[in-house]
Order: sequence, then C-alpha cells, then structure tokens
Amino acid sequence: MQRDDTMTKNVRNLLLAVLALLPGAALAGPSGEALAFTCAGCHGTDGSSVGPSMPSIAGMDPEVFVDAMKAYQADKRNATIMNRIARGYSDEQLKDMGWFFAKQRLHLTPQKHDAALAARGARLHEKHCEKCHENGGRPGDAGTLAGQWMPYLDHTMADFLSGKRDWPRKMKRKVDAAIAEEGKQAIPALIHYYGSQQ
Amino acid sequence: MTDIKRRDFIRTTGGIAMLGATLGFPHVALGAPRRVVVVGGGVGGCTVAKYLRKLDPNLAVTLIETKTSYTTCFMSNEVLSGERTLESITFGYDGLRRHGVEVVTDTVVGIDPVKKTVTTAGGKGFDYDACVVSPGIGFKWDAIDGYDEAVAEDIPHAWNAGPQTKILRRQLQAMRQGGRVIIVAPPNPFKCPPGPYERASQIALYCKHHNPRAKILILDAKDAFSKQGLYVEGWTKLYGYGSGNSMIEWVSAAAGGKVESLDPTTRTLQAEIEEFQGDVVNIIPPQKAGPIAFAADLVDGDWCPVDKRTFESKRHKDIYVLGDASSAAKMPKSAYAANSQAKVAAAAIINRFNGREPGDPTFVNTCYSVVGEDFGISVAAVYTLNAATNTIEEMPKSGGVSPANASPEIRKREVSYAHSWFKNVINDMME
Repeated sequence: MQRDDTMTKNVRNLLLAVLALLPGAALAGPSGEALAFTCAGCHGTDGSSVGPSMPSIAGMDPEVFVDAMKAYQADKRNATIMNRIARGYSDEQLKDMGWFFAKQRLHLTPQKHDAALAARGARLHEKHCEKCHENGGRPGDAGTLAGQWMPYLDHTMADFLSGKRDWPRKMKRKVDAAIAEEGKQAIPALIHYYGSQQ
Repeated sequence: MTDIKRRDFIRTTGGIAMLGATLGFPHVALGAPRRVVVVGGGVGGCTVAKYLRKLDPNLAVTLIETKTSYTTCFMSNEVLSGERTLESITFGYDGLRRHGVEVVTDTVVGIDPVKKTVTTAGGKGFDYDACVVSPGIGFKWDAIDGYDEAVAEDIPHAWNAGPQTKILRRQLQAMRQGGRVIIVAPPNPFKCPPGPYERASQIALYCKHHNPRAKILILDAKDAFSKQGLYVEGWTKLYGYGSGNSMIEWVSAAAGGKVESLDPTTRTLQAEIEEFQGDVVNIIPPQKAGPIAFAADLVDGDWCPVDKRTFESKRHKDIYVLGDASSAAKMPKSAYAANSQAKVAAAAIINRFNGREPGDPTFVNTCYSVVGEDFGISVAAVYTLNAATNTIEEMPKSGGVSPANASPEIRKREVSYAHSWFKNVINDMME
C-alpha cells in the first residue's frame, strides 16, 4: 500500500517535471531555479545546509515545502525570519521552488551525537515515527529528519511541545506515546538518532 | 599545459589519435570555450564564478584577486569583541578551484571594453567574452580633513576586514580602564548599513567584560540608521542605553554628529557643534566603488550603474558589475545582496552566450546583527525588478526587520541563525 503510494507519487513527480520542461510551460517571471537560488545563502547551495540552525531543504517533498511556506505566510509557525520571506512569493512561485528542491540530492554533514542515546532514539522512531517519516526519516513525503541538523530539530520540537506550532495530524499522539515510554529523554534520543544518520 | 608537454603529448599520441579525440568531443571541435574573467574575490566575484561553472561546466572562468585569501567583513565585529578569531573569518580559494575556476593572484589595473581584455599589475592580459567586476568599496579619503590612508594605519577604519581589524582589536585591548571609543559612522550609501551599530554593540560586549566603565560614542553623519529600533531595544537591555550610565551614546547628524576633521596626534574629532576626543577612534569614511571601477570607466558618480535585469554595466557592454560597487537600489550593500545578484548575472551571461533573452530576475537579502549575548536581530527582503524604472523593489507585505520586543528565545535563536547564515553564505559562495 505504502509502496503503491510512493509509486504513484513518483510517476506524478516525473510527469510534472517533464511538463515543466516543455516549451511554453514557463510563464513570465523568474524560474523555479532562479527563485530557489536565492535561498542558498541561508539553506546552503541547492538546499543542503552547512549551518546547524538552518534546516536542509534539498530533497524535500514539494507539498511539505509549500505547506511550510504557507504556514509561515500565515504566521502559523514560530518564525524568526521565514514569515517575512515567505510572504514575498506567490502560490505558483512556491510550487516552482518546491519542485526545484525536491529534485536536489541532499548532502549531509556529520554531526556529533551520543551513540547510546541515538540507539534509544532509533527504537522510538521505529515504533512511533516511522509510519509517516519513512526510512528512518529520509527524504520522503513527510519532513526530512534523517541527518537533519540537530539544533534545528531542537528548535522545532520545542515549538511543537510549547504549542507554538500546530501538530500535523496524529503527530501529537505519537510524540506523547514516545514521551510516555522514554520520559524526558525521548526527544533528545530521537534528535540524536536523526543526527547520527548519514 | 606547457609547450614541451604539449609537443610530447602530440608525439606520443599521434595526429590520428588527436583527430579521434576531437571527433569524440564535439564541443572541442566547435572551438575554445567561452571565457569569463571575474575581477575581485569577494562575495559577488566568488559566487558568480562558482555559479557560472555550476550552470555551464564548459565555461572557462578565471577569477583575479589581489589577496590569496578572503577575510569577510561580515562577522568581523565579533573579532573586535573577541567572540571569534580573524582566522575563523578568513578563507582560501581552493573551494573555487575545485569547481574548476582558475584563481589568479594579481591586481587588475585596466579593462579594455573594445578589445575585451583585462590587464594586471603583473603585466598579464586576459581576454574575455564576458567580464564580471566585483571590486567592493573604496574610501573617499578627502572627506574628513586630517584622515587619509596613512593615518588609517593608526586610526583604523576596519571597514575592509583583515589587518585593519587587528589594529582596532589591539587598540581596544590596550585602552585604559574607563576610556572612550569613538566610532564615526558614514553617510548613506555605504557597505553594510547596520554594521557601525553592530560594531558599537560588539565593542560594548567586549567592554562589559573587560572594561566596564568604558564608553562608546557613535558620531553619525545620519539622523537614522538601519534596524535602529531594534538596536535601541538591545542597547537598553544590555548596555543601559538611555540611562545616565549608558555604555553607548549615539549623536545624530542633527545633534552635531557629523565629523569635519581629525587631529590624529590627539585623536580629536571636530564635529559640527563640538570637539570629541577619544582613546580609540574608528573612522568609517564615506564610500564609493572600488578603484578598478573608476579605472575601467564603469562609474557614474560614486557607483556603477547597471541594468538590473542582468547586472550588465550601463557604461560598457559585456561587463557586469556586482555587489557593493553597483548601484542596485533598493538593495543594500550587503553580502547576501551580492550573492543574490551574482546568480542573476551568471544566468544572464549564460543566456547571452546561448543567444537567449535574459529571464526575469529575483533577489533576496537577509542580514543578521548580533547586538550582544543571546540578542540577535535581522532584516530580510524579497525583491523583484520594476523594468520600467530599472529599480529593484521589495515585494509588498514581505520583508522587514525582526519584531520589536520579541521573546528572549527568539532573540537567542537569531544569534544561532546569524552564525548558521555565515556558514551557508561562505559555503554557497566559495565551497
């Protein structure tokens, strides 16, 4: 079932990518590539960040990208700067940028992590998170977690837990379950697990 | 490849093998690759060189820079406070070489827009199909009586980072307890609009720990400055601004902050209304485009006019001017702006080589300032071209500065974002 979903999605992605290449498909305005290039100063070349507080966005699902940007536009995330930037783009431009980043290969930077904590996190992930963040949280159709910058994940989880960011469907229940199982160490364990992945 | 090696190569491989190789690689048969010569190894120059090669690996890109490494002016205020070292903001050009950019250490002295040749102090000539000039700023040495390039060895500007930053840092460390630092802030437009005020902040951070009775006086040629409300908020919280015992004091132009002359021996500044004497004096002079922009006839007044769709010079065809030296209103003269402009220029150059019209440009600026411990602030903007007026305009309802009176958590995060921003800008321009 999951495999079918992924297949359908891949076929759709391919079709859309081909459509984008057809002459006449490009309307007036900057290209998706040109728009996406402006992000690199903060999110790294083609979306692979080397700055620990800035998330990598290479390989990100285009719908997750657009949803994130729209949430920033509407001040529904605990933004520092992204709300101000997201409001500079139209829906169409956000889609174009999303497609650009979806096609980029994610380059990860090794991070210092606690191996024992990461092992506990791996167990928690498998049990509570893997269903949505497939393949250990590698780029897929939920937010990328594998190899994502730990300080960024730290900020993100703090926002979810303090109610400053809305939980995606089912996520709160899953995080609560992980915390019920592992206590205060649940979130650090998960973050160390994601930080340990290469 | 030297001649001897080339002869050896031909002798050993033979003419027929050479013919085969040529047929096997059609682009070789079509002639030499297009050549782009980039003048200046700062943010604009490095970014355009990297992105030209990224977008078209067949291009021959040569970057010519006087120095063998680049010391960023952004984050150099943290060197003044001792929060980081000068080495941590100094980067070599090997990353660009790995992208296939030829990096030449030499100084460009002339550009011939007719013969399309760049000449250097080392006596070399470089032919180009497109030339990108990104020279940064120069100083108007005649603007303040008594202040010139020689005096700057003792009374630094530190507005191009490197040895100048070291001089200012050493003087701060050697200053007597309770001494007075004077920063002379320049008139608009200048490189890094929030920079003088971040400098005052970082010096205050240093003094808070090492010289708690010291005072920092900003003498300004302006009546307002970038991120002013946020700086005042930070200064009030961290350095007692507005109280009788404030560490930082700002004198606007209207209040007599405009400096007319300097007596270097006594470190006394004559401003419009009164004199100010400092233990450490840092004069950030009024600015203009870097010297090569003048030598190459690329300026109109102090800065270089460009077509904002491409950043091609309005004065000479096939020469592009990026970054601080360009007249790119309403973009500020910032690292991120230069990085953003460079990608627009790279795409435009490649479009021209391929006989295509330039696309619609898009630009972003983001700029962080660290006011003190756990207190970071930012400004951001998304820009679009108004082709009718050749101006770069902010997208409505977007951009702006960090919110006033944000939570300590948000201010703290912006410090970590400032440092991550730095890593990604460096990565994107030269690694």
